Amino acid sequence: MDIRLDGINHSYDGFEVLRNITLDIPSGQIVCIVGPSGCGKSTLLRFIGGLERPAAGRVLQLGEPPIGCLNPLTYIFQDFALLPWRSVSGNISLVLEDHGIKGAAARAIIDDVLARTKLTDFANALPKQLSGGMKQRVAIARALAVQPAVMLMDEPLSALDSQTRELLMDDLVDLWTRQPFTAVYVTHNLAEAVRLGHRVVVLSRRPGEVREIVEIDKPLDQRAFGDTDLDTAQRHLWHLMRDEARAADAELINV
Amino acid sequence: MSDPVPGKSVAFRGGGFAPKSRRWVGFVVFVGLVLIAEWGTRAGWISALTMPKPSDVLDTFRDLYNSGLLFKHLGPSLSRLVVGAAIGISIGISVGVLIGLFSYVRSGMVPLVAAIFPIPKIALLPLFVIWFGIGEGSKYALIAFGTFTPTVVATYGAVDNVDRTLIRMGQSFGLSWWSIVRKIVLPGAMPGILSGLRISLAIAIILLVAAEMLGAEFGIGAYILEAGSLYDLERLFAGVVILSLLGVIVSALIGVVEKRLLNWRT
Repeated sequence: MDIRLDGINHSYDGFEVLRNITLDIPSGQIVCIVGPSGCGKSTLLRFIGGLERPAAGRVLQLGEPPIGCLNPLTYIFQDFALLPWRSVSGNISLVLEDHGIKGAAARAIIDDVLARTKLTDFANALPKQLSGGMKQRVAIARALAVQPAVMLMDEPLSALDSQTRELLMDDLVDLWTRQPFTAVYVTHNLAEAVRLGHRVVVLSRRPGEVREIVEIDKPLDQRAFGDTDLDTAQRHLWHLMRDEARAADAELINV
Repeated sequence: MSDPVPGKSVAFRGGGFAPKSRRWVGFVVFVGLVLIAEWGTRAGWISALTMPKPSDVLDTFRDLYNSGLLFKHLGPSLSRLVVGAAIGISIGISVGVLIGLFSYVRSGMVPLVAAIFPIPKIALLPLFVIWFGIGEGSKYALIAFGTFTPTVVATYGAVDNVDRTLIRMGQSFGLSWWSIVRKIVLPGAMPGILSGLRISLAIAIILLVAAEMLGAEFGIGAYILEAGSLYDLERLFAGVVILSLLGVIVSALIGVVEKRLLNWRT
């Protein structure tokens, strides 16, 4: 299943935040969206998953989601969004219960996704007992449990320290290599974008417009920490963004 | 200078502002006050008219227990408290959740609740007697009405404070409205609801006495009223002690429930 954004425009209280965004998200690829703060990249992600409505333009699903997919468009949030009163497996069973998956069937799915995210030993832990990286792994496991057609990742690593971030990037690359998934990955961190993105969409500062789409051809599993090709790509992205970021930083916030 | 390390150590200026619960301190304060009262009444610098001797109050309490009158008074009081508070709290939580979730209910009910809250419910007792009769009905109604308003206010405040990102998460996974309310909103509001219950139940005990002061043969309120009209301070204080103990027990029970239900809190 592909996603197409068709002429998205949006404004909040007279402030134009997104202008004429047209973008294709082909299946089996990770598309990173980068841009200076306040460029509307998270808003764009909320449009894609149907949590908000754009003022103009459409988000289209092209083709049917694969069989067995419970929730085609599935988010991974920056702040993990785990229910603190449910254990790790309880948090995953939460998203299965509404589909009538209970008991042994749920157990099988939960065991599988916990194994894939290396969380098997933590099934009964409460979120407060877990580190940030572990929490985000639980959120990833929860997302995998509903077999999404497209993963919508909203700065998933931004709340983590840089070592944990490296570890989780490796995990995401592993997951993708074993079973390619489609993802829209919003971040302000260019290192993450060049490490995980098959293509990187650069948005300009408000109103956000697509400035450039950078394709990175190197296969994900060959990209490593400190790779020179990635450094070149990252430098190019930074060059595109630097002035925008500086201007965005100096802007008064109107909220 | 013999000091091998030059310079002085940095003065400590952190700490504090983090009160911890110290076991038994509350008990010691309580016992201390009682002992002072006992000493004062025995030594004579507190006159017998000002305050009864704590040991006499204890004797009265023992008589009350031995004669079986304690449970004759406590039984009806507890059943009134339980029934009235159960009605008020369950309606209060339901209305509070509705206010927290629906714009129209909120706009319609919040001013109404604000109007009802400051009414001294005791003043309405005659009205309740007309509506529900002089029997148990008016007592239930008074307690229920008194616990309703603080429960509503605590509940909708708690629902307002449920983390919206968790609700967005539920929506993003396609959870039904009812699932979101049951599995995200209610557990998320539980800490606020429980701390509201502490206030509601204390008010319930206050109103219990008020209700029993009118047309009740048995009950702690009736007992206190009778003692008060005779200026029998020992019995008055024995009744007051029962109420205080009731309050402490209720608060401890809520503490137990909080520990069980809210062990997920950091």
